[in-house]
Amino acid sequence: MTLRVFVPYETTALSLGADDVATLICREAEARGIELELVRNGSRGLFWLEPLVEVETDAGRYAFGPVEAGDVASLFEAGFARGAVDHPLALGPTEEIPWLKRQQRVTFARIGVTDPVSIEDYRAHGGFAGLEKAVTCTPQQLVDMVKASGLRGRGGAAFPTGIKWQTVLDAKGAKKYIVCNADEGDSGTFADRLVMESDPYMLIEGMVIAGLAVGATQGYIYLREEYPLADELLTLAIERARAAGFLGDDILGSGQRFELEVRLGAGAYICGEETSLLESLEGKRGLVRAKPPLPAIEGLFGMPTVVNNVLSLAAVPSILSEGPEHYASFGIDRSKGTLPFQLAGNLTRGGLVELAFGHSLRELIEDFGGGTATGRPVRAVQVGGPLGAYLSPAQFDTLLDYEAFSAIGAVLGHGGVVVFDDSVDMAEQARFSMEFCVEESCGKCTPCRIGAVRGVEVIDRIMQGESRDANLALLDDLCDTMMQGSLCAMGGMTPFPVKSAMTLFPEDFQRQRGDQS
Amino acid sequence: MEDNHTVMDTTLEQLVGSLKDTPGALLPILHRIQDQFGYVPDRALPIIAKALRCTTADVHGVISFYHHFRRSQPGRHLLEVCRAEACQARGAREFERHVKERLKIGFDQTTADGEFTLKAVYCLGNCATGPSLRQGDRVLSRMNPERFDKLVEDLTTYKLELK
Repeated sequence: MTLRVFVPYETTALSLGADDVATLICREAEARGIELELVRNGSRGLFWLEPLVEVETDAGRYAFGPVEAGDVASLFEAGFARGAVDHPLALGPTEEIPWLKRQQRVTFARIGVTDPVSIEDYRAHGGFAGLEKAVTCTPQQLVDMVKASGLRGRGGAAFPTGIKWQTVLDAKGAKKYIVCNADEGDSGTFADRLVMESDPYMLIEGMVIAGLAVGATQGYIYLREEYPLADELLTLAIERARAAGFLGDDILGSGQRFELEVRLGAGAYICGEETSLLESLEGKRGLVRAKPPLPAIEGLFGMPTVVNNVLSLAAVPSILSEGPEHYASFGIDRSKGTLPFQLAGNLTRGGLVELAFGHSLRELIEDFGGGTATGRPVRAVQVGGPLGAYLSPAQFDTLLDYEAFSAIGAVLGHGGVVVFDDSVDMAEQARFSMEFCVEESCGKCTPCRIGAVRGVEVIDRIMQGESRDANLALLDDLCDTMMQGSLCAMGGMTPFPVKSAMTLFPEDFQRQRGDQS
Repeated sequence: MEDNHTVMDTTLEQLVGSLKDTPGALLPILHRIQDQFGYVPDRALPIIAKALRCTTADVHGVISFYHHFRRSQPGRHLLEVCRAEACQARGAREFERHVKERLKIGFDQTTADGEFTLKAVYCLGNCATGPSLRQGDRVLSRMNPERFDKLVEDLTTYKLELK
């Protein structure tokens, strides 16, 4: 009987030695005369257990992790093929691991289960069912389904996706575009990367459906240069999808056309802002455009363009195949569906947790995350990337939904959760936010370009104890100017982490420090 | 030297020519050139400008806007240290200090022996197992001074072939 083993081919798993483990498993099987089928699946997102090796048994898939090269021989000794439940790294049946079982995986249902670039695997797990339905619908029916699902943009701004699509459908243009924003630059986020590396056909399918819905014939995935593996896997998946008739001149024999291409960014955070991204796609400096006109009316090369985040587009296939009511049945109030939270930073159990809206932040950090990796108390949590506010433990009962976060002056954004222990210096973190804005501002508007530089200077003076009260007042003023006067979220939201640090952790701005050289 | 330049120009012209009709061609062109040469040589600018019907200043403006593009040859190994929050929460600040001390260079500098070029990067999307470091197209997790020193040693140890 063939032994079927799964070893992830995904950035985090590889960064922890998955390739070595895979090689050794092959060698060990050969030495023992065992016939082996090695599947390089995606990652299920349980990053503290990577490399997470799975084996197929009569009772389903059993997991082991974190497996290091030195553990491979002992896995075989312990009866790998039977699930080796006595092995110290044995985790039992994969689907029964509580961390995974407690999640509500909709978008990420296939992640880590399948071979990312196998079309057969994708289809066997419900893939392309959405597109098969889509080719039988009118564009308006498709847009209506997305509207009915309540899907809101997952890039951070939470704009209703269906309304954006309607605008592009109604707009007149010689050509229309679907642009996928895969410039996932926020620290603490990796959900887009996981989709692209571990289930790329889902994104491709979502983009084709979007094309059919609004009458666009060309799609671009604007991918950050920092994700070389996603580039490799997406490009391969696109080639295979084209060869199989899911892309090209005659999609599934419907006579409809859609082409798709990956375009690499070049290390500019600002290009995650949609208008800056469009400039970059046009081959220019990524300077933010003033809105209006909206990209939906005048977008890429001046044509009507849908710009959606990876997760928004990835949610579309299941909205089509399962029906919009199914998607809308998750979540609360105006936050429908699920959001993949990304547990990052100083946590014992970091990784991807997909949940319906409405759980609490505490549940994520304590139950899923298991507290800090260092074992010290949690002091601050930054949610929603480098432009998101810092929260203190007193706010951990806030419900995870767009409106509840907005009510406490925070943002849910792309769902990144970065945890810090009590060794963090919040004045230092505030300074970093300004420093990051200096580094990444596109330079078009003054409040952002100059404000951030002044911000670093003022925080330096505060940290050195120079006219502290006056400088704190000045910093507060500067934050207001940036918030009110900046052209986009870069300058407009950099003050969020700064102000929240000042408000929630004032003691760190009063402390006398040593030399700041 | 003349010959080298001629060879380089021919390669550049072919490369630019094959991409110049792509919509929004400049970034794809710059990527291909940098992948080929390790940087964007000065000689490429007039060639690109001519093909895309813009000025060399326009091309320079785009190159200088993006952190990824370089105008000079980097070291043999490119090391990118993540400076973003999720890695900070796991000790990236201390790690960065060690890296700079060990290599005796700062960001955007190359060691005197031409072995290493150091760059800052803001997030590699490897945020649950930081501090993260990228070496070429490989990402490494849970970096610390010991692991970094070992990496430097491995990368600078050359295997001698005995005949």
